[in-house]
Amino acid sequence: MSNDKKQQNRGSRPHGGPMGMAMSVQKAKNFKGTLKRLINYLRPDLPKIIIVVIFSIASMVFTIISPRVLGDITTEIYKGFFSPQGVDFAPINDLLTYLSVLYVLSALFAYIQNFVMVGVTQNTVFRMRKDIKEKLRKLPLKYYDSKTHGELLSRVTNDVDTVGSTMQQGLNNLVTAIVMIIGVLYMMLTISVTMTLVALITLPLSFFLIKPIVKRSQKYFKAQQKTLGDLNGHIEEMYSGHQIIKAFGKEEGSIETFTGINKELKHAAWRAAFMSGIIMPIINLVNNIIYVLISVVGAILFINGAIEIGNIQSFIQYIRLFSQPISNVASVSNLIQSTVAAAERVFELLDEEEESRQEDSNIFNDVVGHVTIDHIAFSYKEGQNLITDFSVDVKEGETIAIVGPTGAGKTTLVNLLLRFYDAQSGDIRIDGKSIYDASRSDVRQAFGMVLQDTWLFKGTIMDNIRYGKLEASDEDVYNAASIANVDHFIRTLKDGYQTIINEEANNISQGQKQLITIARALLANPRILILDEATSSVDTRTESYIQNAMLKLMKGRTNFVIAHRLSTIKNANHILVMNDGDIIETGSHSELLAKEGFYFNLYNAQFNKTLE
Amino acid sequence: MKKAYKLLTTRERFTVLLIILLVSAQVYSQLELPSYTADIIDIGIFNKDLPYIYGKGGLMLLISLASIVASIFASFFAAKIAVSVGTKLRFWVFQKVSNFSSQEYNKFGASTLITRNTNDIIQVQNFTYTMLRLMVMAPLMLIGGILKARMQSTELSFIFWYSIPVLVFTIIVVAFVALPLFKKLQERLDAVNLVFRENLIGVRVVRAFNRFKREKERFSEANLNHITIAKRVNRIMTSIMPVMMIIMNFTSLAIVYFGAIKVDEGTLQIGSIFAFLQYAMQIMFSLVMASMIFVMFPRAQASYRRIFQVLNEEQTIQDKEDAIEQTETTGAITFKNVMFKYPGAEMPVLSEVSFTAKPGNITAIVGGTGSGKSTLINLIPRFYDLTSGEILLDDVNIKDITQRSLRSHIGYIPQSATLFSGSIRDNLNLGKEDATDDEIMDAIKIAQAEEFVSEKDGGLDRVVSQSGTNLSGGQKQRLSIARAIVKRPKIYIFDDSFSALDFTTDFELRKALHPHIKESTIFIVAQRISTISNADQIIVLDEGKIVGIGTHKSLLQSCDVYKEIVSSQITEEEMDHE
Repeated sequence: MSNDKKQQNRGSRPHGGPMGMAMSVQKAKNFKGTLKRLINYLRPDLPKIIIVVIFSIASMVFTIISPRVLGDITTEIYKGFFSPQGVDFAPINDLLTYLSVLYVLSALFAYIQNFVMVGVTQNTVFRMRKDIKEKLRKLPLKYYDSKTHGELLSRVTNDVDTVGSTMQQGLNNLVTAIVMIIGVLYMMLTISVTMTLVALITLPLSFFLIKPIVKRSQKYFKAQQKTLGDLNGHIEEMYSGHQIIKAFGKEEGSIETFTGINKELKHAAWRAAFMSGIIMPIINLVNNIIYVLISVVGAILFINGAIEIGNIQSFIQYIRLFSQPISNVASVSNLIQSTVAAAERVFELLDEEEESRQEDSNIFNDVVGHVTIDHIAFSYKEGQNLITDFSVDVKEGETIAIVGPTGAGKTTLVNLLLRFYDAQSGDIRIDGKSIYDASRSDVRQAFGMVLQDTWLFKGTIMDNIRYGKLEASDEDVYNAASIANVDHFIRTLKDGYQTIINEEANNISQGQKQLITIARALLANPRILILDEATSSVDTRTESYIQNAMLKLMKGRTNFVIAHRLSTIKNANHILVMNDGDIIETGSHSELLAKEGFYFNLYNAQFNKTLE
Repeated sequence: MKKAYKLLTTRERFTVLLIILLVSAQVYSQLELPSYTADIIDIGIFNKDLPYIYGKGGLMLLISLASIVASIFASFFAAKIAVSVGTKLRFWVFQKVSNFSSQEYNKFGASTLITRNTNDIIQVQNFTYTMLRLMVMAPLMLIGGILKARMQSTELSFIFWYSIPVLVFTIIVVAFVALPLFKKLQERLDAVNLVFRENLIGVRVVRAFNRFKREKERFSEANLNHITIAKRVNRIMTSIMPVMMIIMNFTSLAIVYFGAIKVDEGTLQIGSIFAFLQYAMQIMFSLVMASMIFVMFPRAQASYRRIFQVLNEEQTIQDKEDAIEQTETTGAITFKNVMFKYPGAEMPVLSEVSFTAKPGNITAIVGGTGSGKSTLINLIPRFYDLTSGEILLDDVNIKDITQRSLRSHIGYIPQSATLFSGSIRDNLNLGKEDATDDEIMDAIKIAQAEEFVSEKDGGLDRVVSQSGTNLSGGQKQRLSIARAIVKRPKIYIFDDSFSALDFTTDFELRKALHPHIKESTIFIVAQRISTISNADQIIVLDEGKIVGIGTHKSLLQSCDVYKEIVSSQITEEEMDHE
């Protein structure tokens, strides 16, 4: 496989790389605008956020005062050392009490601030998810069909989570950083301007040393992410296609390709790891240099009587505090970028155009089942002409079969009837009333649906069948299941109707799933039925159960069937022959055979005589 | 753990020792600094000895420099080793899995194998990197710190007997409380995703049945459940910082207070208080580091185990020492009393299966679900090995032939087409590596795939996306068939390959295929009677045994199972037509 084809986007976020400050960051398209909007979004929690900020500042203030006080105690001790009376414990005890109070308050406020902030963050996550869910309910099916599930899920999970977690850290670090810098600077100046200057001159040193390293490591991190993505893609493909690789004897080739990418990864990975690993030592070095300088300068100043001895100690502690926010700046900036980028994707979704809505009116609650399709024209995309002009009148109780090769567009008609998509021109009427005058919910009340894709959710079999009619009694459910030929099977299961269908729904066979969906449709008891007969890989016994159940289901209703069984097709009142998205022939079975057209060929293919 | 010791070369093992030395040097320097400060205060300031202060200051700078150099080198080596370990593991796993037979492969399944080859290895790599640097640092700093502190003042050291246990206790409590909550958190998040995913997949059903209210409630519940736990967990985790701070701060307080008393007694120097405070910080810090390692360890260990589970897996199908390279063959396959049972299973999937498939003939295999059709077909290319009996290629037992040469004669087309990312040409080259474009186009024409491999989309250069999502099921299947045709093998195996095609294409394809493959031995497994009704021999399987062999006509007379299958597909009167 050509290597350069593997540059596609593999998965949402490949995990990779050792922990380090320099990670590759996603950038937002409209930073300012999204930031404003995000702040607006947080408005309901504004009072709480204000509390958080106040407590954060308070906690910081207490933290900043403490080193000074501790230093003063040391100064007292020193004085006591040189005085004949010994150490004077009176002021020391006072200072100690004061310090204890500061420590406790600082911790308490920090705890409260975190407590509240967590609440705010999670509430925001909650609200965002809720809003997305609400929004999705209103979006047209076109949106669903145009995006992969993975992409939509990523917005709900990855993006919302990113907003949540980075918001918490980002806000915290931002406030602490600002307060810290201002506060510590102030305290340092009150001790000694000279020492502050010494400290300030050396501080940018760390910045200048770190910045180029971070930049270079970014380069390697990017390369690492990319090769990791390529490698993971190769692994995924080769493993999913394991049997084919074996069948064609391509194991060696696959391993060779792998080794190549693996080497590339090694090259980028250790460099990235190394780069991120030396950031800490460099910060330490700078800290140590400052430590030494302050000790020396402090000692000199003390000897000259300009400062107290305790001040040296305090100053050293202040330096330690001061360098924290500096190193945090890089990560805070990254955090905020990530938050805004993620928020942007969420807002994008929330801004999507909703489908038109009408008022619910229960207008189709008791239909007889007479469906008229009147000169419908439809296409999914502009300019692409699918159905150009189609009409059919289906009286109550009649069956209309839709046939055609795979990909012919048979589900299009289903989409139009259920108003998953709307026709561009023409009308569809049920019992004489246009479906476009009613709400979508109203229209769907009239229909029942059994599709090829059996959608069952994680829950008991009872719940799944009851989905057809939520108010149904247990008896009703058993009844429906019996008619659907699946009651016996359910009762042979260990937990019977209380058996839980798991997420992949693979603890019951495909055939049985089909029968359960038929039971569900029976329970809903619609007058008009949409049915997809396609069944694949089902054993003969279950196949006959399904056929039989479907026949019972169709009795007495108006049926739109995507037909695969000849018996269904032959017995239908109308047959629609579709190909390439359009309806090319209509009529009854005998009429169509007489035409000797597409249908005729299709029918004969089922009985291919010889291979000649 | 079989190959664990091979992970590090001898050179790398020496490097690890070097790292330990470097880290020790680093720790040593870090621990020296506070005592120098103490000296500056006690001796330099006390004696107002400026040169002494400068001297000590200079020494401290030198030590710091030495420390960082050691640290950088340590990081350098650690990074190289960790990544080397990761790279090696990754290669070993990939090589191993590539050579798995279907049995080992299916024991694990694709998704866990992928995870073990990707995420798990990253876990181990990250842990190795962290460990190499911190593993020595934490205990050294802890012990060294305590020792150095005692050197400054033995009496004050008693404070540590209180602080350290309190700190350790806090860490343990948090771990015990938080760790199970993390698991729960993940579960709750999975629940949210589940509801969401179901609503995405089942959007049509939800709308058709108008079940919005119910779905909304379900989602609300899952959403609420998740953030309730998230709040709890996050509140615990963020409380760690303030608690640590309080412990450290009160430790400092105690040091200063008791230090004051000692100074008053005359048993302690002022400088020592300074130094002691610094050492206290370093000791606490090393404890935090140690706890980080403990947190990372279980996860890394779990990943390590999973990786070696794959590496230690026995390969069931291997070429014999003296396996023959079967370069020429007529393509005749004979099954002699073949029995297949999954290891540990009670009942065999196949038993007493005997038949011969001759070149030039079509052998069809039919039967209900679970009758053993796919298993039978998978035995021919030795994806699985039979339990007893023999399968012969011409007259040679396939176990005596190299797997490579056996498969070189087989064109295998599975039920669901598997294509790879790359061009159409790349995909077809899988069948024959040096195939010319003409050969490829020929195969494509025969496979009825020409109509969508057109010049305007790029022809043979057209890119197939990962898992072929830009082509329809039928198109993929036809390319898959073309890929086998290009190989021009003596044996074709169609494992229900026509079901994705509609009736017409199915017919046309087999019609076009026939003249080109009529000298080969053809196996078809199918559901549709129309696909196989004119095979030369039809094998009917039921519960793993052959219940009928013959032509369509003869089986309609003699075999009940066959009759049952046929009748479920076409009505009585059509059967009479035949």
